[in-house]
Amino acid sequence: MSVRRAFAALLLLSAPLSAQDTTTRGVRIGLSYDPGSRPGVVVLPGRGVGADSARLIIQRDLDFGDRINVIVLDASALADAERASAPSWALLAKLGAVAAVQVTPTGSGLHMAVYDVAKQTTALVKDYASAPITDMRAWRASVHRLSDDVEESLTGTRGISATRVLFERGNRLWLVDADGEQATPVTAPGTPLGGAWHPGGTKFAFADYTPPAKIIVFDLLTGRSHVVAAGGGGTYSSPVFTPDGDEIVYAHGLDGSDLYVCSAEGGPSRQLSVGRGSLNTDGTFSPDGRRIAFTSGRSGHPEIYTMDADGTNTDILTPLAFGENAFRAKPAWSPEGRTVAFQSRINGVFQLMTISLRDRSLKQLTSDGRNEQPSWAPDGRHMVFSSDRSGTQVLWVLDTETGRTRQLTRGAKARNPAWSPRLSVSN
Amino acid sequence: MTRRNVVLAMSILAATSSLVACRKKPEPEPAPAAAVPAVDNNAANRRRADSISTANAAAQRRADSLAAARTAAANAAAEADRVRAELTNTLSQRVYFDYDQDVLRDDARAVLDAKAAVLAANGGVTIVITGHTDERGTAEYNLALGQRRAAQVKRYLESKGISESRMSTQSLGDSQPASQGTDEAAYQLNRRAEFESKNTSGTLVRPRP
Repeated sequence: MSVRRAFAALLLLSAPLSAQDTTTRGVRIGLSYDPGSRPGVVVLPGRGVGADSARLIIQRDLDFGDRINVIVLDASALADAERASAPSWALLAKLGAVAAVQVTPTGSGLHMAVYDVAKQTTALVKDYASAPITDMRAWRASVHRLSDDVEESLTGTRGISATRVLFERGNRLWLVDADGEQATPVTAPGTPLGGAWHPGGTKFAFADYTPPAKIIVFDLLTGRSHVVAAGGGGTYSSPVFTPDGDEIVYAHGLDGSDLYVCSAEGGPSRQLSVGRGSLNTDGTFSPDGRRIAFTSGRSGHPEIYTMDADGTNTDILTPLAFGENAFRAKPAWSPEGRTVAFQSRINGVFQLMTISLRDRSLKQLTSDGRNEQPSWAPDGRHMVFSSDRSGTQVLWVLDTETGRTRQLTRGAKARNPAWSPRLSVSN
Repeated sequence: MTRRNVVLAMSILAATSSLVACRKKPEPEPAPAAAVPAVDNNAANRRRADSISTANAAAQRRADSLAAARTAAANAAAEADRVRAELTNTLSQRVYFDYDQDVLRDDARAVLDAKAAVLAANGGVTIVITGHTDERGTAEYNLALGQRRAAQVKRYLESKGISESRMSTQSLGDSQPASQGTDEAAYQLNRRAEFESKNTSGTLVRPRP
């Protein structure tokens, strides 16, 4: 039996597997994933309209996930692979790949196959319904979900490609895909300030501070927005949904600023923080919804504090610094719950830091330029923030494990990013 | 046309029109009867001339007094505009703050004292106080800081007897810098409260010294 025949036989053997839709969320294929050494993966070329676009998107998604070592085929290997009817196991092994991914556009969507190079088998197949490639945003969203499945199957941790980042640019809020593509304005012109996602990923809240200031919830499915908190004059800012999505905590004040909570549909509000005229803003929930971290100026300058969700048991979190330049703000509770990221003024310039909730150890994450407004990706590992390191304040993504950064937005000034939850539908 | 020319033209116009009126006044026609005593034509002509000059003089007086009234009104209007400009200028004077502070400095208090006097003398005027900050810090914190500055200003004016109901406060945080610079001089210009006065179209009164 020739080598090529052997490949064909293996493919035949795996055929029954490919007949079923193996929706294996949370199930890993039989690779041992060592976080220290990232598995080498080749994204093989597929055939059909959009196959090559899909390959390039997946390649980047896996690379941006920082858990997989994407092995890129050179032009001749690519041409060979495109002609081949089966994976060239020898070549894949030689390149150091433990797995290969191949995506083939079908009439109604995408067909994915993940190959186990060591076993020379098809480890996983899955079919995805997708919009036609002409509906670029929706089609790309399907490819991103496919990428996240691949990452989950290979590493045990779901990727973050099928997410988007909400951010402020000019007088509107914008959305951009996690790979930096499809940047689009989403709110009507106004004076928006920041934004926060509903845990379902179909809505977000933001403040508009054109007087009279207000808190608004925007529904991405309907394109409609409604005011949930306004009136009485004064400021409204930094809304955040409770982890169950039912309520919104926001900052408001006529003299100073305190945190309040109201239903996500609007209605009466209840004061949480007791700032006594100090400035209290930037609420962020622990993943279990029991605690809130926030910025408070009650000590004379802004530091990060925590309190119970009902406003009791307030503690200072960051070690109190001295001097008029001390400024800690914009806390972001990590999705795994163990650290809080924030921005701290260091030598007159804001830098990103994390503080451990276990031992309060501090870690400085940035030093290049002015870095602000951290927002965690749902994987609890990546973080989006604004930085002027390239000359203009735009959005960047940091892998907190490796320190690798990439620029997310280009062109006009962008700030106040909010990373969405994993998105299950295209919205 | 200068004011003097206008007055002149008007008095000429007035005089002419009274002349016309005199001519049109129906004089009694001499009755064509032989039995009628002879008429003293000289006396009649004298009376006519006297009447014309009396009318002219009256017209001149009227024109003069009208012109004087108009001048006075114009002067008063100009003075009212001057006062309005001066007082609205006082009301719109900005006050400045120290970094990350809402405490009113002495210079700010002096500016606010002048405003309080104007507001006290002109009970119909209302003001909107807008707090601003420099770009340091975060947008959220600056929004709240701007609000607290506006509130501090309002509280001070209240302490000077200005009714709370005549003042509203708002904050634009760091979104509307007065200067685009990034040095301390620019930051100082940006850490401010601005004032917009309303209902100032009526007569404004200078506060008594």
